Amino acid sequence: MEQHHSAKPHIVGYIFSLILTVLAFVDMLYTRLPMSMKITVLLILAVLQFLVQLIYFMHIWESKERAYQVISIAYGIFVAISIVAGSIWIMIYNTMPM
Amino acid sequence: METTTATKGYQPMEYKSEEGRLKIFGFWVFLSAEIVLFSTLFATYFVLVHQTAGGPAGKDLFEVNIFAMETFFLLTSSFTCGLAILYMRKNSMKGYLIWTIITLLLGLGFLILEIKEFSTLVEMGAGPTHSAFLSAFFTLVGTHGLHVSLGIVWVTSVMIQVIKRGFTPVTARKIFMTGLYWHFLDVVWIFLFSTIYLLGVA
Repeated sequence: MEQHHSAKPHIVGYIFSLILTVLAFVDMLYTRLPMSMKITVLLILAVLQFLVQLIYFMHIWESKERAYQVISIAYGIFVAISIVAGSIWIMIYNTMPM
Repeated sequence: METTTATKGYQPMEYKSEEGRLKIFGFWVFLSAEIVLFSTLFATYFVLVHQTAGGPAGKDLFEVNIFAMETFFLLTSSFTCGLAILYMRKNSMKGYLIWTIITLLLGLGFLILEIKEFSTLVEMGAGPTHSAFLSAFFTLVGTHGLHVSLGIVWVTSVMIQVIKRGFTPVTARKIFMTGLYWHFLDVVWIFLFSTIYLLGVA
């Protein structure tokens, strides 16, 4: 009973988020990595932070309906990636020169 | 899967009825649609980010101090909102109210910073009509800001209802759903501050 009423996961999640946020700022503003490397690290940090929110704060695993919840979010992410990556790919790299 | 929750010997109030569980699942479906909504705005922004029409680019406009502060406010509010739900589950009205009010204040702080930022940009002549880049920027960040405003209204209304009716399976579910919404706003902001602001100033 006790462990379900513990603030510990929230505090752990908050500390993770703070660390990931600070790392993102350091990565973009204070390192001399090549730009492509910086962006890769930035995206990885953002995805990790998204997972921290889903697991520590939003409790996506908690309900009996967890499988459906995960599938619906995963599908949303799949469509989102298709839209963003597809748009960039077509509009920036595959536009006919004017 | 029934056994998993049973062996844990604990189930929060908002999941006790099938209706409650299904409504929460429905809210996840809504959030998934919101992810898609924001993805279209992000896509528009990335495609138009270099179309500045000779005007200012992100590098000239974004101020690290301001968006770092906005990030800190929203991140912390996501944490305090999680604590509000924790206290709701502990059946502590006082804890719930304190953390919810802190969450709302942090949300308001975020909004004030954002409105100031927008008005500074418009005063500088870098309003949404100036270039395709700025139109996309204002639409994306503005849509997020609108969501935060709606979130504040929603969290406040649920809080008033909870003060009147106490914790019941129905109000517990509403609190939990406002919480999901609030965390989701932070999720969108994670991608905003990373790919719009940080990438813009780097």
